[in-house]
Order: sequence, then structure tokens, then C-alpha cells
Amino acid sequence: MKALRNYLDKIKPNFEEGGKLHAFHSVFDGFESFMFVPSTTSKSGTHIHDAIDSKRIMSIVVIALIPALLFGMYNVGYQHFLAIGQENAGFLNLFGYGFLAVLPKIIVSYVVGLGIEFIVAQWKNEEIQEGFLVSGILIPMIVPIDCPLWILAVATAFSVIFVKEIFGGTGMNVFNVALMTRAFLFFGYPSQMSGDVVWVAKGSIFGLGEGTLVDSFSGATPLGQIATTKAEVAIHAINGSTASLSDMFFGFIPGSIGETSVVAIAIGAFILLWTGIGSWKTMVSVFVGGIVMGLIFNQFGAADNFMAQMPWYQHLMLGGFCFGAVFMATDPVTSARTETGKYIFGFLVGAMAIIIRVLNPGYPEGMMLAILLMNIFAPLIDYYVVQSNTTRRIKRAINK
Amino acid sequence: MSQLFSKKNKDVFFNPFNIDNPVTVQVLGICSALAVTAKLEPAIVMGLSVTVIVAFANVIISLLRKTIPNRIRIIVQLVVVAALVTIVSEVLKAYAYDVSVQLSVYVGLIITNCILMGRLEAFAMQNAPWESFLDGLGNGIGYAMILIVVAFFRELLGAGQILGFNILNYDCIANTGYMNNGLMLMPPMALIIVGCVIWVQRARNKEMQEQ
Repeated sequence: MKALRNYLDKIKPNFEEGGKLHAFHSVFDGFESFMFVPSTTSKSGTHIHDAIDSKRIMSIVVIALIPALLFGMYNVGYQHFLAIGQENAGFLNLFGYGFLAVLPKIIVSYVVGLGIEFIVAQWKNEEIQEGFLVSGILIPMIVPIDCPLWILAVATAFSVIFVKEIFGGTGMNVFNVALMTRAFLFFGYPSQMSGDVVWVAKGSIFGLGEGTLVDSFSGATPLGQIATTKAEVAIHAINGSTASLSDMFFGFIPGSIGETSVVAIAIGAFILLWTGIGSWKTMVSVFVGGIVMGLIFNQFGAADNFMAQMPWYQHLMLGGFCFGAVFMATDPVTSARTETGKYIFGFLVGAMAIIIRVLNPGYPEGMMLAILLMNIFAPLIDYYVVQSNTTRRIKRAINK
Repeated sequence: MSQLFSKKNKDVFFNPFNIDNPVTVQVLGICSALAVTAKLEPAIVMGLSVTVIVAFANVIISLLRKTIPNRIRIIVQLVVVAALVTIVSEVLKAYAYDVSVQLSVYVGLIITNCILMGRLEAFAMQNAPWESFLDGLGNGIGYAMILIVVAFFRELLGAGQILGFNILNYDCIANTGYMNNGLMLMPPMALIIVGCVIWVQRARNKEMQEQ
């Protein structure tokens, strides 16, 4: 750490006014303030600073995402070797395969997103904003493993420009940037984002994981299987054997890279809640909303609609429900900001996600659309919470 | 003759192409710009129809402008526009049936296009027929231009075609992994492309940027 500090101090003059690398000063500033908390304070007025700044908050969210990412890599390898009938290939093979399959997506997402951020910062002569640190790792985690890299790059560019920079950069966006990337992919390239062929990596990487698919292979996700059936079915894993509840809980099912494991997401949720960065109010109320809506559909849903009859705990375990609740709905920029508003926002996200799953067979997973929909309503919720508080206090003042 | 093409008349005709564009500057007629631009052919026909209707409606209203009682002017304008829309709609059905099916209700809805009422109210009611004709023609072409630009990108990137001819739908391109973007065929993307056109236009014209 000391050596890095010394090195940064040594090269710093190059980036200052008149230095030969002055053109890249925003890149240097961004990197320096990412590694070290800036020691400068505001020059005028009285300010109260939080102990950690937003770059540190972003870093903790990234740390919280790592368990889910690592498990996602392992699961990518596991699903692949399961598909070619060699599930006992050893941990290193499984993880190594998944690592090599996921790594290009992370690189593409960061290079495209940060590239645009750097260009915009350079162009407008501003500091580099840190918002993409989290989006950049979220994006590869919410796409299927077989999603081609170039459409990932297009979608990332689209959403950084049109969802974030247009509205004024980090902290000003109305929609969650990572989810908008996914929505762009979902509507723009539906054949690469849904169906039953994109969830399992089938090719070999550098000779790793060579083999032919087993005959009983079927790559549909559990929610995909449920959406296409009328009768109650036993959910099967990709090699045809039955998937147990514990498989779904620990995440050994096909799905988007980071979303499958409830356990890994729970570790991330613990980190977010322990450090006080994610709001427990939003998280809890998303789950409550999902449970309540699940129970309602159990009672009143059509008897031949298996999605409606699915027990609530299975709704919460499958698809992106947990991932969305922990990492997407709690996004401090796009969710409701008032404390009461967080309960309302979270509850409606959970309820809407289940409603979309059950009532629209075209969208077996509703979490993305539910969160994006509620992102629009978050300012409205805040407005009414603030208004009702004002009216209540005015009333109290008048009654005295 | 020189009077017919004076500086003022030139401005009346050419301003709607750029600094006074009905779609990108006045932000009128957006509904049809989103609805009919999924393909280039209907967009061209739509642009043409609106140009014809707004030009002739302007002339007729301009001729009548001194006899129309002020309190019922909107009704009179609507009647004129409705008559012209009916004529255009019948012509399309007779000579370009396929396109008129694709355009469906949007030909009839030209009556409610804000550009028309805007030009009639703001220009034809105060100006002579020739100026009104130029104004209508200019605004119609300004509208058609934006429609064609939007439809060009939507059809090219969404369906891989231009005017129904394959441009990107060949095996050699598909083998590189290229795919058409389905979102381009949906209305939201039209709005975003219109936004991009506005962005480019304002970036080029300094006088359009607010301080």
C-alpha cells in the first residue's frame, strides 16, 4: 500500500496542469481516488461528510457480489460438465471452465462501460464517476452464459449512454443501468436471452471440457419448464434427472450466471446489511411482497396453472428473485429514498415479480420487469410519503 | 417572379427543414413518427401524404381566411383537413393498397396530427395562399425527412432490410454472429432515434442550445 502511494505521488506531476500526460488527468484522478480516500476537504461552507465516500460504498457492493460471482463460475462449469456427462471432472476443471467462460463477459462489460465513462469525463472535463464499478460486475452476472460478447457490448454501451449519461451520470439515472442492459438484450435479442438453449455453455474452451452432450440433455431453466407446462411436473436438471429443492437452494440449476444460488446471494446480503449499505427495509419487503403474492395465487390462481400453484418458497428460490431483491431493488439511486417509501417500493417489486411470472406465460421471469417498473414509480412513492408527512404535521400544528 | 421566391419565402420554405423542424424542434406529430416508422416504405408514403394534405389544407384555409368567422374556425379547418385526408386515403387504397393496409388507421389519424392544426392556426390564417403553400410544403417535407431517417435505421437494424430488400440478411453476415435487433421494431426505439436526431441537430446548431 505504501509503495503504491509513493508510486502515485511520483507520477502525479505528469498529470497536473502543464504535465505531459495532463490529457489523461481524469483517468489518473479516478484511479487515485479509487485506491485512496482523497484527503482534500471542501473549501467553502460547512459540510458534514460520511466516513466512507461513494467509491468505498461501491467497492463493498462489489465485494458482496463476489460470492455469487464465484459460485456462478463454478455452476457454469458444473452445468457444462453435467451436460456432457462428466460431472465428476474435479473441482478445478469445473471452476476453471466456468472462470474462462465468464471472464470475457466481465472484461467486455468493464471495458465498454468504463471506456464510455472515461470518454465522457474527459470530454466534459469532469471527474470520472464511480457508478459503473458495480454495474460492470452486475451486467455479466445477469445474462445467460451463451450470450454473445458483441451484443453484450452493444447493450452495455446503449444503457450507459441512454440510461445514465443522458440523465446526467451517476446518481441521476431513473433506471437501474445493469437491469436496463438486460432489458435491452431481452427485447432486442430474445433468442439469445430466453428459451432453453442459452443457459448452458456447450463448447470447449482451450480444450477444457471437451465432450458431446448427453442424449437426455435439455437446457431449460426451472422457471422455463414450469411456464411451458400445465400439469404439475417434477423439475428436471439439464441431464434429465430430477432437480431437488436443495439443488435449487444451493444453485445447481441452469440460469443467469450469478442468480442461481440462494446461499451465495445470502452471503452478499449479509455483507450489505452488516455494513449498512443495503437497506434491510427494501430487502425484507421484497420478500414479503413475493410471499404474499405467492400465497394469494396459491389460493385463488387457476388450478391448472402450475406457476400459480407453485409454493411461495420455490418462487423465492427460482430465477432472479433473490438476486434482484438483494442487489437490484436496494440500489440507492433508483429505489425509493424515504424510509416508509422503501417498504412500499419493496413490497410492490416482490408482488409485481410474481404477478408477471404467473399471469404472463411469455415472461417466465418477472423480476427484471418488476424492478424496472417500480423504478419509474419510486419518485412518485417518495413524493406521496413526503406529502402525507407534511399534511400530518400541518394538521397537528393547527389542532393545537 | 422574383417576388415569389423572395428571401422571406425561402425562409418560410426552408426553415422547417432545420431550425424550425416540426418533429425535432416543435416536437409535434410524434405519435405517427413512432407508429409508422418500423419500415421505410410506409414512412415514405406517410410523409408524402402529410406533405400533400398540409400543403393543400394551408392553401384552402388561406383562401378562406377572411370569410371564416373566428369562433368556428377550428371546425372549418377540421372539415377541410378531413376532406383532404379522405381523398388521400381513397387514393392510397386504389393505387397502393398494401401500404395503406400497413398504415391502417394512421392515414385517418392525420386529421389529428398536431402539425396540421398548428400550421393552419399559426400560418395559413394570417398569410396569403402562396406563402401558405410554401409553408405547408416545407413543414410536410421536414416531417417526412425525420420519418425517413428514423425508418431507415429501424428497418436496417431491426429487420436487416431497406425498402424490403435484404441488406444484412445474408449467410455470410449471419455467420459472423450478427443478429437483427428486435427492439428496433418496437416503438420505444423510434423515440430514442428521434432523440438522437435532436441531439445531433442541436449539437450542430449553436443558436438552438439554451444557456
